[in-house]
Amino acid sequence: MTDIAWIDAALTSARPQALGALLRYFRDLDTAEEAYQNACLRALKTWPQNGPPRDPTAWLILVGRNTGIDDARRRSKQQALPPDEVISDTDDAESELAERLDGSHYRDDILRLLFVCCHPDLPATQQIALALRIVSGLTVKQIARAFLVSEAAMEQRITRAKAAVAKAGVPFETPGAVERSERLAAVAAMIYLIFNEGYSASGESIAQRAPLCDEAIRLARLLLRLFQSEPEIMGLMSLLLLQRARAAARYDADGGIVLLDDQDRSLWNREMIAEGMALIDKAMRHRRSGPYQVQAAIAALHAGALSPADTDWAQIDLLYQTLEKQQPSPVVTLNRAVAVSKVQGPQAALDLIEPLAARLGGYFNFHGVRGALLMQLGRGDEARAAFNQAIALANTTAEAAHIRMHIDRLMAESTKAAAPATT
Amino acid sequence: MLYAILCYHDETFTGSWSKEHDDAVMEKLTVVQDKLTRQGRLGPVARLLPTTAATTLRKEGDPPLVIDGPFAETKEQLLGFYVIEAKGLDDALEVARDLGRANPGGSYEIRPVGLFRPGSIAT
Repeated sequence: MTDIAWIDAALTSARPQALGALLRYFRDLDTAEEAYQNACLRALKTWPQNGPPRDPTAWLILVGRNTGIDDARRRSKQQALPPDEVISDTDDAESELAERLDGSHYRDDILRLLFVCCHPDLPATQQIALALRIVSGLTVKQIARAFLVSEAAMEQRITRAKAAVAKAGVPFETPGAVERSERLAAVAAMIYLIFNEGYSASGESIAQRAPLCDEAIRLARLLLRLFQSEPEIMGLMSLLLLQRARAAARYDADGGIVLLDDQDRSLWNREMIAEGMALIDKAMRHRRSGPYQVQAAIAALHAGALSPADTDWAQIDLLYQTLEKQQPSPVVTLNRAVAVSKVQGPQAALDLIEPLAARLGGYFNFHGVRGALLMQLGRGDEARAAFNQAIALANTTAEAAHIRMHIDRLMAESTKAAAPATT
Repeated sequence: MLYAILCYHDETFTGSWSKEHDDAVMEKLTVVQDKLTRQGRLGPVARLLPTTAATTLRKEGDPPLVIDGPFAETKEQLLGFYVIEAKGLDDALEVARDLGRANPGGSYEIRPVGLFRPGSIAT
């Protein structure tokens, strides 16, 4: 590996832990980031000459902390105010190398770093942007590109998010067991949001947005390494891997979404599937089920089916029923309806979703699924009306195109199915 | 004599490699492996999934205890292994150096094999 590639990988892998430790010392996100930045600059200058340190992360923490303290001292001479209260434990500068080895410390450091990004006051888009900037270390330009907004707009979004975090105050006390599990859940949700930002991309934006999926997987891996026995984090990691494994088969040449049934399964990434399967297997042993595990189990049944016809829809129906209990939502029921239609037929599925009309009437996919079921029941006119409603409600042209493709396929299928009856 | 070459590295670090870098490393390693294959000296080769996918069975108790992940929190993890035929330690070290040039960083533990059964798994 070249020096630069090596340093790049070392800085990327050290970042969450080093920045997390610096945030604990300085208790201020901007100061910690600046200190980390300075340590990285120093690394780029000295590592190629002196060779890499034995422990790059410890080196970055030590240097970052020293430069941060120097800066604070310099500022305290220029301004009259002593900023010493913003620097915690400055007297044990020698002990940090030993301290870093304390596993629980660095677990909470990294968790805190992730957790400050998902403050409940922040809208989801700001949480994601902040996490990508702070934890992943992506540049504002990279994040702006992934969100399809201008760099200036993204800069502003991140600045606003940071101000909100600073105002809310970072929680520095070591969390108790309950707090820790609450933080873990908030961070897991935020990582899933990042993944979905990438996963929901279509058309021309795929190349820019798909890397968000890999970044989410990297963050989930980081989290799982810290909390190796948490079945829901295993479930999250498994779910992300199993969904990401289909990437190469999910889009056609024009960037349109290819439905699961139509995907070329030989394009699925077998290594990701193997890891995803291993993780859900491990997670279920704990007998502490949760929404990520159930969704991963559903994804695993799809990933394990050699062809659409081999899919165990009855089991998927059961898993969706479990998910409905854990996370009651009309959207989950709508998804379950697809499994029900395969097991019990379209009428049973339609009966299941009709009561959802009041709550999901504004959701394009509701009308899409309803249209498909009506079509299967031979109620063509009603089906077309439902599809038109779906297209009208689609938020993006990609969604509309997706529905149209769905219609085309169903039309073709219903002609096929109808053919024997007419001859 | 058979030797196992056990590959250790910080998986957080190797996990930060880009797909391109990972592919390039694998390609270079394949060149070394192909040479050994031609010489009839290459046994099983395995690249292991991350330790987060691992489970440990502690056998002291009855029933044995099942734990998530490898037990010890160490800086470097076992990421894979090779089994090779070598004339002796120098020869085995030579192979390890070749592999190391293709994939620098981390360490290889060169360990003589006591019992070897090639097994019956068809891949």
